[in-house]
Amino acid sequence: MTDLPEKTERKLGLVIDLDTCVGCHACVIACKGWNTENYGAPLADADAYGTDPVGAFLNRIHTFEVQPDPREDGSLPPAQMFHLPKSCLHCDDAPCVTVCPTGASYKRVEDGIVLVNETDCIGCGLCAWACPYGAREMDPAEKVMKKCTLCVDRIYNDNLPEADRQPACVRTCPAGARHFGDLADPDSAVSRLVEARGGMDLMPEQGTKPVNKYLPPRPRDAEIDVLAPYLAPVDEHPKGFLGWLDRALGKL
Amino acid sequence: MHPAPSLILFTTLSGLGFGLLAFLGVGLPSVTGWIAAVFFAIGFVLAGGGLAFSAFHLGHPERALKAFTQWRSSWLSREAWAASGTLGLMALFAAALVLGGLRIAPLGWLGALACLATVGVTSMIYASLRTVPRWHHWSTTAMFLGYALCGGALLAGQRWPALVLLALTGLGQFLAWKAGDARFAAAGSTTGTATGLGHLGQVRLFEPPHTGGSYLTREMVFVVARKHATKLRSIALILAFLVPLALLLLPDFHHLGAALAVLSHTLGVLAARWLFFAEAEHVVGLYYNRSAA
Repeated sequence: MTDLPEKTERKLGLVIDLDTCVGCHACVIACKGWNTENYGAPLADADAYGTDPVGAFLNRIHTFEVQPDPREDGSLPPAQMFHLPKSCLHCDDAPCVTVCPTGASYKRVEDGIVLVNETDCIGCGLCAWACPYGAREMDPAEKVMKKCTLCVDRIYNDNLPEADRQPACVRTCPAGARHFGDLADPDSAVSRLVEARGGMDLMPEQGTKPVNKYLPPRPRDAEIDVLAPYLAPVDEHPKGFLGWLDRALGKL
Repeated sequence: MHPAPSLILFTTLSGLGFGLLAFLGVGLPSVTGWIAAVFFAIGFVLAGGGLAFSAFHLGHPERALKAFTQWRSSWLSREAWAASGTLGLMALFAAALVLGGLRIAPLGWLGALACLATVGVTSMIYASLRTVPRWHHWSTTAMFLGYALCGGALLAGQRWPALVLLALTGLGQFLAWKAGDARFAAAGSTTGTATGLGHLGQVRLFEPPHTGGSYLTREMVFVVARKHATKLRSIALILAFLVPLALLLLPDFHHLGAALAVLSHTLGVLAARWLFFAEAEHVVGLYYNRSAA
């Protein structure tokens, strides 16, 4: 049924650190790889080697530039760059689930994961319209809706070594920017991380109550000057060989 | 949003069809026999044909019957029930009238109400989407009902009701466009809230996640050429409302005028429906620096 559960026993989800993500897109590729080779319809590409390639991805990285407000003296602080990995946020109040006319979309009571039953999906696309985050994409070959499963076929998979029983994106992240765990348990590592770093929701005004949280960037130093001691101003009046060179070049 | 031809035809034709059936249900015009058969046939072909077009939008139309299961939460599922139930009611009413020569008035009234309810439910598929602020408003439902009633009155040859409805709906559409233009900004979603970085300064997209297109950009980040939007709105208003109004006010209004009025109105509704989709801004556009202008 596409009614949402009143409450889920656990809230499995991701915590993504915007301070740490280096924007390497390794999670995008790991996700595409795992979800093409395992559960559900493969994530297809259409016209992959042609002029207009499109493909289904469950995780994408957007890069944003933030220009801080001018300082008191009117000068602009340097702009900052952030990489924003975006996949399904497994919302508590998931609008994609309730709009589904067939019941293909559902939120699991036991762990809160939002999934699509691909044999029930009619490919109407309404769930993708209802999602504010662009987390759902229609597969160009299978014509069913694809979305992040939180690697449900990895996290409970006893055939994998224990270290691998986490989503492919988390397992592969070389920067340690992605964390997986139960956000309903206040003592879990992810919950403590959210607590310590002020984890936030994307587009809270949409009322979706996302489970996934994003850790905001830590405050940056006002001036970046770790190298300053080594970068003393160039001598305005050089002597010796440099002095001669300076005078000779000046006369040219 | 992507103005898919299947959805434009679906909403336009089924709106016209259910509008006509609503008028026939209340006995305007009070026809019998062969004339009634022709009127009902037009109504059923438009409403049913529109629904058939909606199936072209599906990736798996062979599973369409599953769409009847989730009426408790999904407006699309409710639409499936409302449309088929209404067509059934009106089929009973039409059969009794055409074949038996019997006008079961209460059934007709109920059918007419069901026709309007179906159009209302169709509009809720769009109006319920919080992600598209332009649609997320009662005026979406009001306009769908207005268009259905206008088309129904024209098809049913109801001159004075049509005049009043066209004038009111035309004015309503003009006001709905004006109000809709401000709704994205009023909804409060910005690139700052979408990224959670707004407290740090001005946020802008530096690098999109993919260099080509994707399902998301094609389906939801469709950007209409804004310099043409005003022209298209004017064309839609002229064709859908002003031309039919002028034709209805001609002193010797007859069948040819009525046919021209219906044709012009339908073309105008198609243009307005194209704009309904093409101008609708989805909040996911904020992740692509392509929000409302």
